[in-house]
Amino acid sequence: MLRIRNLEAGYGKLKVLKNISMHVDPGEIVTIIGANGAGKTTLLSVIAGLLKAGKGEITFKGQDLRSLPASRIPRLGCVMVPEGRQVFSPMTVEENLLLGGHVVRSQGSRVLQGLLDYQYDLFPILKERRGQLAGTLSGGEQQMLAIARALMSRPSLVMMDEPSTGLAPLIIKGIFAVIVRLRQEGKTVLLIEQNAKAALGIADRGYVLETGKVIIQGPSQDLLQNRDVQRAYLGREKIEA
Amino acid sequence: MTIELFIQYLFAGITYGSIYAIVAIGFNIIYNTTGIINFAQGEFVMLGGMISISLLDFMPLACAIILAVAITMVIGAFIEIVFIRWLAAPSVLRMIIITIGISILIREAALYIWGEGVRSLPYFTGSAITAVGIFGARISPQVLWVVGACGLTVLALSFFFKATPVGREMRACAANRKAAILCGINTGNMVTFSFVLSAGIGALAGCMMSPITYTQYDSGTALAIKGFTVAILGGLGNVGGAVAAGLLLGVVEAFSVSVVPLAFQDVISIAILLIILFIRPNGLFASKEAAGLRAF
Ligand SMILES: Nc1ncnc2c1ncn2[C@@H]1O[C@H](COP(=O)(O)OP(=O)(O)OP(=O)(O)O)[C@@H](O)[C@H]1O
Ligand SMILES: [Mg+2]
Repeated sequence: MLRIRNLEAGYGKLKVLKNISMHVDPGEIVTIIGANGAGKTTLLSVIAGLLKAGKGEITFKGQDLRSLPASRIPRLGCVMVPEGRQVFSPMTVEENLLLGGHVVRSQGSRVLQGLLDYQYDLFPILKERRGQLAGTLSGGEQQMLAIARALMSRPSLVMMDEPSTGLAPLIIKGIFAVIVRLRQEGKTVLLIEQNAKAALGIADRGYVLETGKVIIQGPSQDLLQNRDVQRAYLGREKIEA
Repeated sequence: MTIELFIQYLFAGITYGSIYAIVAIGFNIIYNTTGIINFAQGEFVMLGGMISISLLDFMPLACAIILAVAITMVIGAFIEIVFIRWLAAPSVLRMIIITIGISILIREAALYIWGEGVRSLPYFTGSAITAVGIFGARISPQVLWVVGACGLTVLALSFFFKATPVGREMRACAANRKAAILCGINTGNMVTFSFVLSAGIGALAGCMMSPITYTQYDSGTALAIKGFTVAILGGLGNVGGAVAAGLLLGVVEAFSVSVVPLAFQDVISIAILLIILFIRPNGLFASKEAAGLRAF
């Protein structure tokens, strides 16, 4: 579904991503873990077209993404939930969702309403808060809104950048449950997480990113057993073991 | 001051004030979607007036105004596409210089096309001496046209921004550009559209005011200063604030005539601008979101 080959990217002279290759198959949950500054957000930004790659290939369902402007990519079914939620603060919850449905607007108000109902079913709290300004939502609610807004475009691949940051354990559990439900409904998820244990717990496969390079990759079970991964990203588990 | 004189001044103030408000809203629309202050905003007003005056030789007044507004909108789109769109991440200073350059370009073109002469549209109803009595004061019907048109423009704009998908997308673009792109919104088109919209409402104001204030190739400059003052006073990007501040400035100016000589009228708005910049740089009605001015 998503295929990345020998990708290099950075900001001006600063090279952040070095020779990255990875792929995501339909119906998978794939997670990318890595320390602060490893380049995870940069990688997603390049896929979403917000940042131009220096070298390499990115294809989504066989289409070259690098040659497309960022605003065309959601139309193909590849959508990103950005780091830090980035909701439209001065607008209501429902307006945020309708904006998320921008690319399906041409299919008529029936489709749009159906998608709205789906999001409200997925996150009932958003239905209660539909008329409230997004900027006044709690952090957890904003994260749910950011996810729901992305889902409004009826994507086949959802890329999430650290959806659990700053949230209470119970809310995180809820969000991870939603990710699992998305996979059951046939969607593909590329999940970036600091919370490596939880992410590997639901993912099929994982990549470990360190200073812009993929250093380890494989099925989640293997990564959970891997000594280097345990030492660097599952620190506490190792002491317990 | 007699009650008649008071009402006379008040209406003069509201008339000019609503024009200032419209020019300020033009600034705000472009500022909100791009962060740019378009110093050519006053030129859109002048173009609306000038083009409609020229068209009047060939068609009835209403058609001339509509066509003039449409032509100015096309010019607005053209300006954005030619001068603004291709700039990747321009600095504020560069944008200021570019838009001032555009305003000079338009003014010189207007001087070349229409000459230095002062022109005007005819009064929409009646003539220069027709007046309606309101509480004993004599008010030109054109004043009612100006106030009515400006009021309707503001209502239409708020409907547009609140209730239409494109209006919502423009607000999204203003609220969070990156998120708007991630929703698949073509923010470049939204920017072009904001220029078209600003040009259109500016041109409409230019037509409405032409019978009262006359139109000359350089009449946009003074208006841009007033409009800019009002935009700052109301808080950059704040449309409701622009209406309130526009009316306030118009009324203050009108009443100032009874205190200081007419020639000093413009000094008042410059003085207000400077004072505001010193003591309340976010405007009188500033909200936290509107604090973008600090970036200058
Ligand atoms: N806009 C930018 N301009 C310049 N450098 C940047 C920019 N954004 C990120 N960087 C740099 O790129 C590197 C990778 O940053 P990135 O945000 O991709 O890390 P990350 O893996 O997402 O980290 P975190 O887990 O903290 O979100 C960092 O060294 C960062 O300083
Ligand atoms: Mg990050």
